[in-house]
Amino acid sequence: MEFITADSWTDALRIKTERPGAAPIAGGTDVMVELNFDLRRPEALLDLSRIRELKDWDVVGGSVQLGAGVSYTRVIEELADRLPALAMAARTVGSPQIRNRGTVAGNLATASPAGDAHPVLLATGAVVEAESFQRGVRKIPVDGFFTGVKRCALEPDELIRAVVIPTAAGPQQFSKVGTRNAMVIAVCSFAIALDLDARTVGTGIGSAGPTPLAARAAERFLVGELDWDTLKVSEAAAARFGKLVAQAAQPIDDVRGTASYRKHALEVLAVRALGWIRGCA
Amino acid sequence: MTGKGIRLELTLNGKRQVATDVPANTSLLGALRDHFGLPGAKNACEQGECGSCTVFLDGTPVCSCLVAAGQAQGAAVGTVEGLADEDGLSLVQQAFVTAGAVQCGFCTPGFLMVVRDLQLRARGRTIINLDDDEVREALAGNLCRCTGYEKVIDAVRAALADPDVPRRSVGASG
Repeated sequence: MEFITADSWTDALRIKTERPGAAPIAGGTDVMVELNFDLRRPEALLDLSRIRELKDWDVVGGSVQLGAGVSYTRVIEELADRLPALAMAARTVGSPQIRNRGTVAGNLATASPAGDAHPVLLATGAVVEAESFQRGVRKIPVDGFFTGVKRCALEPDELIRAVVIPTAAGPQQFSKVGTRNAMVIAVCSFAIALDLDARTVGTGIGSAGPTPLAARAAERFLVGELDWDTLKVSEAAAARFGKLVAQAAQPIDDVRGTASYRKHALEVLAVRALGWIRGCA
Repeated sequence: MTGKGIRLELTLNGKRQVATDVPANTSLLGALRDHFGLPGAKNACEQGECGSCTVFLDGTPVCSCLVAAGQAQGAAVGTVEGLADEDGLSLVQQAFVTAGAVQCGFCTPGFLMVVRDLQLRARGRTIINLDDDEVREALAGNLCRCTGYEKVIDAVRAALADPDVPRRSVGASG
């Protein structure tokens, strides 16, 4: 195996085109686990951690353009006001040491159904900016990004440059079920984002399907039931919302929990999240 | 594993050090232990779960098992071996000894590094008045299988609160 350091973004894209089998590494919190356990033997590691262009975030036209190299720690410290649900999800990632290295873009590239950022990215309607040396930038809406368990829409010559996440235009929540507060892969997770200007509801479900999922029927239902001035809904409507979220999940039984538990827990998380949002009104 | 080994140059506990022929798939942890002769950072879970390999990478605490050695090229790396000086144990180390926060000792280097980070942040006033929940959160990436965490938290309180925790020799028991 070879270790290749990309000194610039252009450099990285060129190398990825010439060496599509090179495994990109940034924070390393997923890639190194696979190497340490000999689950993967890429021909080369392509280090993206020195690329300055990836380490910034910017606000562009009402969205945060989050560079692929921005750590979870920085999301928490610098973006909790603009991206509250993403900051909430980031606080549940791993441990301080993991959050110091791991990135949202890395979470996307790994494309685990349990990735903590994914429900939030779905709920907020984020867009992944992928780029290749030959074809330039491609904007992939997050709801089309995940194609299967640990599979995503990235082509072999593409790298994630940034994630574009709309700045919060209303209350947002994220919650996650696990056996302890830290170092937990979600048993299931749920995110909700309200846009008070457009009067839309976004949702995201994690770790309860082959990919992260949005609960579209639940979103449409809540748009009609919500009093948009007070953010109140009837108890019956809230309960129905919870059931619709659970129905959108496609969980399996595995080491972390059963399918029926996940459906039940998602219903609880969804109703609670709605309660917290009403608390924001 | 075939392939080109890399020449790795680090500022290790303040000193410029070079290792040659480090395999490209080696973690920073592997490089520290096997190529730089520093076994203080421990190899336990190799997946970032236990924190016993925690080191400072350019001032930030990280799991060295999850950093590819080549990613640390040219960086400043601080390990547990760099905590004590010619005057003896550091404040954080002494607090662990005094509180009896060490049993088998395997997790201790990792804990010492995150508590050192807490201490630096407390001094820099980026954190103030840590409550127990915040201390537990800061230590959440470090597992201990022997003592439980109460004595560790006692040690953190002592290290953060009392600049005059008495220093003892390395051999002193808690």
